Amino acid sequence: MVGKEEIMGLVVAENITKIYSVVATKVSKDYTAGEIAIRALNDVSFKIEPASFVSFVGPSGSGKTTLLNLIGCLDKPTEGNLMVADTDVLHLDRKQSASFRGNNIGFIFQDFNLIPVLTVYENIEYPLLMVQNIPGGERKKRILTMLEAVGMVDQKDKYPDQISGGQKQRVAIARALVTNPKLVLADEPTANLDHKTAFLVLESMKKMRNEFQTTFIFSTHDQKIVGEAEIIYSLEDGELVGKQAKGGKGDA
Amino acid sequence: MRNLLKIAVRNLLRYKRRTLLTASLIAIGVVFVLLFVAVTGSFKSMMIGQMTDSMLGHLQVHRKGYLVSIDSLPINMNLRMQAYKKLEGILNQQSEVEDFSPRIKFGGMFSTFVETTNIRLNGVYPDREFKTVPLLPSRLMNGGGKTLEKGEIWVPDLMSKSMGVKIGDTVVIIATNKDGSVNGKQFKVSGVLESATGPGGRDGYIHIEDAMEVLRMEEMEVSEVAIRLKDFGRLYAFSDKLEGLLSGELNKQGMPIYEVHTWEKLSPFYNIARMIDIMTFFIKLMLIAIVLISIMNVMTMAVYERIREIGTIAAIGTLPGKILSMFVVEGFCLGLVGAVTGNILAMIIMVIINHSGMTFKFGRQILSVSAAITPMDILVISVIVIVISVIASLQPALKASRMEPIKALRHV
Repeated sequence: MVGKEEIMGLVVAENITKIYSVVATKVSKDYTAGEIAIRALNDVSFKIEPASFVSFVGPSGSGKTTLLNLIGCLDKPTEGNLMVADTDVLHLDRKQSASFRGNNIGFIFQDFNLIPVLTVYENIEYPLLMVQNIPGGERKKRILTMLEAVGMVDQKDKYPDQISGGQKQRVAIARALVTNPKLVLADEPTANLDHKTAFLVLESMKKMRNEFQTTFIFSTHDQKIVGEAEIIYSLEDGELVGKQAKGGKGDA
Repeated sequence: MRNLLKIAVRNLLRYKRRTLLTASLIAIGVVFVLLFVAVTGSFKSMMIGQMTDSMLGHLQVHRKGYLVSIDSLPINMNLRMQAYKKLEGILNQQSEVEDFSPRIKFGGMFSTFVETTNIRLNGVYPDREFKTVPLLPSRLMNGGGKTLEKGEIWVPDLMSKSMGVKIGDTVVIIATNKDGSVNGKQFKVSGVLESATGPGGRDGYIHIEDAMEVLRMEEMEVSEVAIRLKDFGRLYAFSDKLEGLLSGELNKQGMPIYEVHTWEKLSPFYNIARMIDIMTFFIKLMLIAIVLISIMNVMTMAVYERIREIGTIAAIGTLPGKILSMFVVEGFCLGLVGAVTGNILAMIIMVIINHSGMTFKFGRQILSVSAAITPMDILVISVIVIVISVIASLQPALKASRMEPIKALRHV
């Protein structure tokens, strides 16, 4: 059991001997559809170490997106405990959640979700400017670093509708990482890409993990790209049914 | 703020046709309101100017109680010489006063030796009167003389036509004096006055000494003193000041001697001016409705179309307050564009109207339209449009800021 104390409105863990990016303890999530209650996640427990490259796999409806939404503080578990980046996210209110996400979590979406009225450069700049209020010089330095890392320097002035799907996802990766988050969540990041591009995007994600030591957690149902993950959790009907680890990372 | 503006402008340009239509609707509303304010304002100023500068003066002083019986022009309600001298002394000391003109007003019979009718007359000192109501000589028709000598009369146009009186004709004025006796005097017609709208617009003019002679006054008595100010804008302040100065002047019964009235109390046109103000208010309300509905409609559409985007920016940590600001700034920009475009268009149309020499008839007068708008009107209307735009975008903006990111991201 982890001890807790209240610091600046956030419930923060203390006395943890080992730091984890995510600690889920008996997490369940129920949804109601009309009068019917649906259990999307049931008693899920796991721990993810920092700088891991983790994948949650399973068929549609297995609870992958629900789990990522809980880790990303976009939703709250019905039961259980969830610590993300040393923070008990269950007790964050709406504003605190937004602030926590902005400072700790990067998101990569299946449909890229770039802001269409902003250029590649401005899309990457957005979270620094509108969320973290990073000063101009520092901002520019970080954006150029990211643009170089994802190989999009020469496309920086283009709008999202002027670049390919793979390029859009690379921009999304840069946007997710530019704020120096503790972890990046990617829900089916390759679902809208062909296989060649999907592997390139995953390569980019891995490269960024190695460069910035950020935890990457992604969900997929595509068996061909699952193997790219170092730790693979399998989900079925909302339950964690298996775990494969490569290279000693993962569950403690 | 610069970034919020940049995002707002780009989002507006994203749906160019819709933005153009909404901005045009607001701009057209602004144009109509500004033109209405400009034309009615010019009409009001013209009419007020006509009345104050050719008949009434900016304000008048009478003996207390005169105004309620002004229709019968009672000569027993005149200010006595002593009271007039006291008033003259006070007015001479007021720096705000351009000039003032004492008048003897009375009703009498006007005879051409063939026909007789009744007439309302003003006995005036011509030089004082022309300084107080400088447009009076401009009402003279048919090239009449520009001065009014003793023994001469200026007759109103309608009377001249109906009685067949021409310049140079001799007429007789007969009047009953305070004691009830009747007296008459011959006058030479030296001018025909164009009728003007408002009280006194169909009065004749004679020299004040002739009026005293007809009314057999041994010393001058004054029915009213018309006052012209250097600055019309200080009318109410000066009226209050003068009332204060005169309130201490009491008669033997301890009652006030004088009463002070601005042109508004003396002219029924004031009610028309008030109606114009009320109409302007309702036209402004219509503009508010146009802006409110169109901005609200556009911003509601904008929020609905961008639900996934809202979900994305909320997910990556944008605080609800900032999301609210984004949409409010968008509404603000739309209102600003509409207001600025409307102002520019209204100015251009006003210049065209003024150059085209449009005229309209008001009674017997032909007034040329001279549309003019004050910077204050432009500012007030622009502020109304922009503030209403912000208010109209608040509801959709609040909706956007309160959206659950998870639901917004699922939106198809």
